[in-house]
Amino acid sequence: MLIRLKGGKVYDPAQALDGEIRDIYFRDSVIVDKPEAGAMIDADYDIAGCVVMAGAIDIHSHIAGGNVNTARLLLPEQHRNFVARKLGHRFSTSRWSATETGYRYARMGYTTVVEPAILPINALDAHLQMADIPIIDTAGLAILGNDDYLLRLMRSGASQSQINDYVAWTLHSTRCLGLKVINAGGANAFKSNARSFDLDDVVPEYGVSSRHILQTLQRAACEVEIPHPVHVHCNNLGVPGNVDTALATMEAAQGLPMHLAHIQFYGYGNEGDRGFSSAAAKLIDGFKKHPNITMDVGQVLFGQTVTISGDVIAQYSRRNDASPNKWIAWDAECEGSGGVVPYRYKETSFVNSLQWLIGLEIFLLAEDPWRLFFTTDHPNGAPFTMYPYLIRLLMDRDYRLQCLEQLNQEAVAMSLLKDLDKEFSLYDIAVMTRTAAARLLGLPDRGHLRPGAVADIAVYREQADKAAMFADAELLFKNGRLAVQNGAVVERCNGTAQVVQPLFDHRIERDLQNYYDRFYNLGLANFTVGDVDAGQADSERFRAHACGRPYLAENAR
Amino acid sequence: MTEITEVPSPFCGIGTDDLTISVDGLSLKVLSNGCAVNTPAFEQVITDFKPRVAGKQVALEHAVAKAVEILQDSNQPIIGGCATDVNGMRALLALADRCGAVVDQMNFNASRRNYLAMQDSGWMTTTLAEVKNRCDLLLVVGKDLESFVPRFFERYFWNQESMFLEDTANREVIYLGKAPSGTAQVSPNGKQAQVLTCADTDLPEVVTVLRALVKGHKIVIDSVGGIKVSDLQTVAERLQAAKYGVVTWAASSLVFDQAELTVQSICELIKDINDQGSRCSGLPLSGKEGDLTANQVAGWISGYPARISYAKGYPEYDPYLYDSRVMIENGEGDALLWVQAFNSKAIPPVTDVPTIVLGRSGMLFDKEPDVYIPLGTPGIDHAGHAYRADSVVAIRLKKLRDSGLPAAADVLSAIERGLLI
Repeated sequence: MLIRLKGGKVYDPAQALDGEIRDIYFRDSVIVDKPEAGAMIDADYDIAGCVVMAGAIDIHSHIAGGNVNTARLLLPEQHRNFVARKLGHRFSTSRWSATETGYRYARMGYTTVVEPAILPINALDAHLQMADIPIIDTAGLAILGNDDYLLRLMRSGASQSQINDYVAWTLHSTRCLGLKVINAGGANAFKSNARSFDLDDVVPEYGVSSRHILQTLQRAACEVEIPHPVHVHCNNLGVPGNVDTALATMEAAQGLPMHLAHIQFYGYGNEGDRGFSSAAAKLIDGFKKHPNITMDVGQVLFGQTVTISGDVIAQYSRRNDASPNKWIAWDAECEGSGGVVPYRYKETSFVNSLQWLIGLEIFLLAEDPWRLFFTTDHPNGAPFTMYPYLIRLLMDRDYRLQCLEQLNQEAVAMSLLKDLDKEFSLYDIAVMTRTAAARLLGLPDRGHLRPGAVADIAVYREQADKAAMFADAELLFKNGRLAVQNGAVVERCNGTAQVVQPLFDHRIERDLQNYYDRFYNLGLANFTVGDVDAGQADSERFRAHACGRPYLAENAR
Repeated sequence: MTEITEVPSPFCGIGTDDLTISVDGLSLKVLSNGCAVNTPAFEQVITDFKPRVAGKQVALEHAVAKAVEILQDSNQPIIGGCATDVNGMRALLALADRCGAVVDQMNFNASRRNYLAMQDSGWMTTTLAEVKNRCDLLLVVGKDLESFVPRFFERYFWNQESMFLEDTANREVIYLGKAPSGTAQVSPNGKQAQVLTCADTDLPEVVTVLRALVKGHKIVIDSVGGIKVSDLQTVAERLQAAKYGVVTWAASSLVFDQAELTVQSICELIKDINDQGSRCSGLPLSGKEGDLTANQVAGWISGYPARISYAKGYPEYDPYLYDSRVMIENGEGDALLWVQAFNSKAIPPVTDVPTIVLGRSGMLFDKEPDVYIPLGTPGIDHAGHAYRADSVVAIRLKKLRDSGLPAAADVLSAIERGLLI
């Protein structure tokens, strides 16, 4: 089946297309060159007046796994439905469900979303949930750095190659795309009753520091050639003055690729009467000096949400801010932890207003959409469903200034934002949410519209109000199939999960089984991820991508 | 005859996965690592293969067609039992979404005690491997642990090696409420658990006093529910002194009014100890007959635990309103679909409304249902996934034999397809 999208304005940074009018062709699930004259076109969509981009990619959004499902069960009142029209496909009216996650992303033109926090022991759970997310493709990042096995290896002075094998094996058994490190050592230390954990703090019982764990895993990620740089949730999240932790972590990366997640939560100074201030300028100054570093923002937007994180120290320390007043912390299988704390960001709040301002300052000061990525750390800064509104904030200075009026003015007075004139272009948005995102993740088959790419294509009706424009895609093709039309889901198709399979020495499996027998009572085979979808075989469900050197923006542009 | 090792069990809730089972045709024998819960559940013989409609044996398609007819004629179907694996729950919820059914997991009145507490104030919990490797003090509230999970102590407490404890035999156990029924809780060096018994109905008061003591409040009485306050004071101090204390309970055994408040007292007591600067965590035990699996899957599919109604075209959660037994007694439903793939003794309530049973082979009924389809059991007759009590770990169940009995998911999907025609 050959389909033509005719007359749209194409934004594809991979081909340096900045709004040129071009026809896009795809045959079945793959984008193709313009066919020879006389070729039979099976379906033709006239999209004059529309903007065409590759399907968007979210590099960091909590959409599945233990924390996510626990948050759902904790907060039934947050996702009640009252009226809903069924769409004729299953579960279309279930809110904050796997189905709604797929549908709402697809409606906004997203086609790939990364769940950035999968504890290996919880990987089967996460994949069972992701298999029920329709339309979009998913991928997981496996968490290491608080697990006994790694810390035990490090304590005993194991070689880097043993650790590399363990990292590679973990990605295989969890069917993940990359490696995540969350406050390295912190969750483990919490179980030994630590209540804070800094970059040079040492994990009790193991004698290894957070910095050492982070650097060891970063090196492993580089050496086993995981294309996505080690994805780091730094120490001291949310603590005033933590910009120094973020800068120290950039230094700790020693010039090797590293991704720092939801960096807004680390853009904090401790100046002013309240001991809380914006350190966005200082953060971005450091960012510009470290071209090996990529970051995503984790923008805060106002309203009710729930924070969920594997950083149990941060979550536990914020338990008294829970709104509504209920929260969960859980220790998990000598591998990590989780914490769920509902939260309402309020415009009247000095702290929340400043968080909102800091996020936008970071976006506007960074000046490099190839290295700075668009996230709200869903749902931690805001639900992903608020993305269109955030796009408008980035693209529309007047709107930004209007919004400033609603904020806590004490915070506004402390912020640079009113003086930042930059407005993101559609091309910038396409870089940040498509082309650079795909390259950062090591997914060469998407994020662009060149022939050979997967036909994941979003078409938006061009509008002055960018929030309205990006809220509902005019058309969304997933694998070449029309999934969304005029902002409504028209077909519930299956997504796939993206994985990498780095090589490892299989002898490690014997050591691991021995270890599991001693400390877990779990056969390795009994929780290794597989058969997760009722309707798709594993061979269809999991898409392996090539290993290779981790993303460096200077090579990608 | 073949021998299968490392067989995981969906029956005990603690993810026991080291059973060795011999398979001889359709007959199973647990050769090693069985227990009073798992062995009979695996070894149960298949006594019927054929579906029945009105008591007469029919082909599967006919039974499915009759089930479709009943659901088509129903204004308010109710799906009870809900004891199956992940794929079974997926198909069950899809069917419910299709026909506007109420979905109610059979253990929900027990699960509700936990959910009401959790949804009101939250909790701090832990998982089995943390218990195994860190726990130095275990407080068991209101449960004879070893009859509920016979291998708990062997697998997770008196393990020879642990990551952080030099000698696991030095761990301490306290029973509050119920006394242990056997000797599993006795440590390898012969140390007995401390046992403080009281009537179940006194537990709310006892737990509340314990929490007050943890918080340092003055208690003027000398005893509560027959337990000396001075003994409870010792329990409080031991919890505060523990490096990694764990408090465990099984909601199913807290059978008294407003038991959720006792669960909440336990959970708040745990938080208090953490506030005071020590670590302590809860370990709610469940995971029997697919209850946790149902709640987890319903969580990501509907947003709620497994007591929901799709009657309005979207899922609604109400922990009281959609109690299937109450609905049936009150005439609030006009068809019952009962799904129970694990336990042939867990039969549906007797009712006059048309009843479809998808049950583990061997079910005997007080009243023959309109449709009965014998099911295979996940982990025996077909592969599948089930959640362990701590809800973090899902295990992969194996297929052990070729019985030809269908999986719940297959039958439920066939019924859903029938409704589309």
